[in-house]
Amino acid sequence: MGEVEISLSVNGHARTDAVEPRLTLADYLRERCQLTGTHLGCEHGVCGACTVLVDGAAVRSCLVLAVQADGAEVTTIEGIAAPDGTLSPVQAAFRECHGLQCGFCTPGFVVSATALLRDNPDPTDDELRVGLAGNLCRCTGYQGILAAVRRAAEAG
Amino acid sequence: MHHRGADAKQTFNTIGIGGGVSTTSAGAGTTRYTGARIARVEDARLLTGRGTFVDDVTRPGMFHACFVRSPFARARIAGIDVADALALPGVRAVFTADDLNPAVHELWYTIQGPKAPTTPLPLLADGEARFVGDPVALVVATDRYVAEDATEVVVVDYEPLPAVADYATADRSDAVVWEQFPGNVVGELGGGATDEVEVALAGAAHVVESPIRQQAYVAVPMETRGIVAEWEPASEQLTIWAATQAPNEVRSVVARVLGLAEHRIRVIMRDTGGGFGQKVLPMREELCLALAATKVPAPVKWIEDRRENLLSAGQARHEQARVRFGFDAEGTLLAAAVDHVQDVGAYPLPWPVGTGAAVGMIFPGPYRIPATSFTHRSMFSNTQGRTAYRGPWMFESVAREVVLDTAARRMGIDPVELRRRNILRTDELPYANGNGMPYADMSPAETFEHALELFGYDAFRAEQADARAVGRYLGVGTCSYVEPTTPGNGYYASEGATIRIDPSGKVSVYVAGGSTGNSLETTVVQLTADALGVPIEDVATVQGDTALTPYGAGTGGSRSGAMTAGAVEATASVLREKLRRIAAHRLECAPEDVELGGGRASVRGTPTIGLSIAELADLAYNRTTALPPGVGGGLEASERYTAPSPMPLWANATHVCSCEVDVATGQVTILRYVVAEDCGPMINPTVVEGQIAGGTVQGIGGALLERLAYDDDGNPLATTFMDYLLPTTTEVPIIEYGHVETLSAGPGGYKGVGEGGAIGAPAAVANAVADALAPFGVVVEDLPLDPQTVVAMIEAATSR
Repeated sequence: MGEVEISLSVNGHARTDAVEPRLTLADYLRERCQLTGTHLGCEHGVCGACTVLVDGAAVRSCLVLAVQADGAEVTTIEGIAAPDGTLSPVQAAFRECHGLQCGFCTPGFVVSATALLRDNPDPTDDELRVGLAGNLCRCTGYQGILAAVRRAAEAG
Repeated sequence: MHHRGADAKQTFNTIGIGGGVSTTSAGAGTTRYTGARIARVEDARLLTGRGTFVDDVTRPGMFHACFVRSPFARARIAGIDVADALALPGVRAVFTADDLNPAVHELWYTIQGPKAPTTPLPLLADGEARFVGDPVALVVATDRYVAEDATEVVVVDYEPLPAVADYATADRSDAVVWEQFPGNVVGELGGGATDEVEVALAGAAHVVESPIRQQAYVAVPMETRGIVAEWEPASEQLTIWAATQAPNEVRSVVARVLGLAEHRIRVIMRDTGGGFGQKVLPMREELCLALAATKVPAPVKWIEDRRENLLSAGQARHEQARVRFGFDAEGTLLAAAVDHVQDVGAYPLPWPVGTGAAVGMIFPGPYRIPATSFTHRSMFSNTQGRTAYRGPWMFESVAREVVLDTAARRMGIDPVELRRRNILRTDELPYANGNGMPYADMSPAETFEHALELFGYDAFRAEQADARAVGRYLGVGTCSYVEPTTPGNGYYASEGATIRIDPSGKVSVYVAGGSTGNSLETTVVQLTADALGVPIEDVATVQGDTALTPYGAGTGGSRSGAMTAGAVEATASVLREKLRRIAAHRLECAPEDVELGGGRASVRGTPTIGLSIAELADLAYNRTTALPPGVGGGLEASERYTAPSPMPLWANATHVCSCEVDVATGQVTILRYVVAEDCGPMINPTVVEGQIAGGTVQGIGGALLERLAYDDDGNPLATTFMDYLLPTTTEVPIIEYGHVETLSAGPGGYKGVGEGGAIGAPAAVANAVADALAPFGVVVEDLPLDPQTVVAMIEAATSR
């Protein structure tokens, strides 16, 4: 199968790669960029575990092809904390509020919540619930997650 | 026993968790980490995308695998042509039953042993496919994309056969799933005092009989199953990275399948993305991969996709019963009987009759019932095999609690009052239920009342009456249960810990692990810091690697808290004694006068005179001539805790749920949710609440949303998250917690808490809905209570 050259920025670093047109952005990030923090929970766009930022918008990287990200700025979970490892306010709040257990859905939630609070820094409880309803978690019953994002909003 | 009331908070911005958590040691020897809301040690890597789940493992020269799966519920496999697939560039191998099945040396699971009754378990479908998704062939290729391409061109000649789609009528089906099981009956069991029950029912003032049916729903860990298997032919060494709850069991089962010594196999699991029972036992696909890796030979990775997970990772919860209760004129229970039938699919794991019988044995629950009996029947069907799911016997609670509410309404007694008359009080324990379960060390009545008090039951009844007056339908339901945790039988009976105080004085603790979100790393670090009296930041843990850690049965059966607490204490006590002897020799006092705490060993009553753990470690490793006579070098010990009896540690809980039902649309909205439990002392209340919340929301999903549906021909209808509906942030209530504490007979008085939420929630939700719809005369007999079912129930009741 023919390959297509793409140039993009991933977590602030420029990359150029030749990829098959059918390669998803998620697989590109995980396998070509070795950024395995982006997780695949359903590969059909429901669970949100693979959420990354593409030009600032939270997208499901299982439903985007790598070729569609040509020219884009992509931020993954690995690009959310400071380079020295200092957690972002959302990450710190998840830690403080037991917003994660197995941690598999966590990168998607952190990225989604980061975008949510950037766009709506002072969400109501209903806005918060609706804003996070595109991500599935099976461990926490969402209790710690809702508390964490509320805490991050208050801290922000 | 004492109560710890939860903060009854209604908005999640004020939920009382996480605040004030500190991992800083006071360093004074009085610090107790056990019982505190310690922040988790797992979180930093998981929050930053640096966890290591099985799909994150890449090995040099690694191939990727994909299964060819049957599209038919039942079909004869007349032939398989792999030529086109093998011709595809990048395809390394295609395996069928002929290639893999004869290579199996022996296949049995430790919990059952080699001689226990079992059901057939060919690794790949052999001659006949028995459910939609049955693995028929395995393709190995250079990447997953190519492997999937190749599965499309493996030509399987299927001859479709009539399928056994409905387990409930499988005994009357012309078709059989397995020829050696006529009538599709796997096995039957019964127990209790059948004659006494019939006599009591015949003389009872009220007899209430009802069917109750539960739909299939499943664990659905967010990470699917997966494995990387790497075979080194020269050294005959197999290394496996797996998504598992039990790395040692993966090693043991693979060793049997391959005919290898266990020490030839190393199983590593770092992070596993949820299990909930589904990852307790390695299943057919994982075992195929282990065999395939030796035949390629190369590292081979298989990561299940979500469709496969919903098709093939195992069904659960699909069961029904006929329930009969007898009461005297005042509503005192005289007798209870349950006749239980469950669906086990085509390839159940493990032997399902024993676990199915647990439904009957625990059916009497937390109530005082003079005469009880049960029957159980496990039935094959041409659907995916039954596997463990969080509280695998939980249908006992659904059957008992839903029908008790039905009975209360028929007798004109408030459902809470009916339970109050029959629930066991602490002063009645120990108590053996009529089916032989020896209850001890729990608090059903006290926990029940605590939950109702937190909820404000009487106030809700007033609110409900006001709402009904304006045409709104509110309801409240409860579920009280007793739960056998931390089983003490077979390989579950012991657990080991190795603790090494390093030459620097820092501490490493090694346990078998199997944590899939259970916070076991944090738990073990907390326990070890207290057991040695060292600052918690000085303790690190290694888990989930069979080459490094002691043997252990993994997470399951709500066992890890109590069992690892026992293991850590058994090992730490040896090290404490050694530290005391070394310190006493240097400080010129008696070992019994040495006190440990705050990272120091000091003379009792004179805390300024002492040595740090680092100084003692330096002596132990580097200056052995300074050690007292008879004390060897080093500070490393490995011991095991062994349960003194096979009896479980009993936990109990009461769930209280309120809801509003839109009678036009059938939509159920949960208003409040209280869980009060008695899990003994809490090692980390935040972790306990997290386990309760997760289980409870899984149970809410089971009550209202989730259905692993098949059609009448055995075709699966829920193979994506568009069809299999999980709860999201918009459906869940804020959960309020209450805690009643009775010490168990186990280590630290602890009990298990991992499964209970999933046991209690479905019946509490169902009873809330039934209560809301009581004015219509609705009787709940079928789950889930999705909108169409609710509307149908109302229509059926009002047309009667």
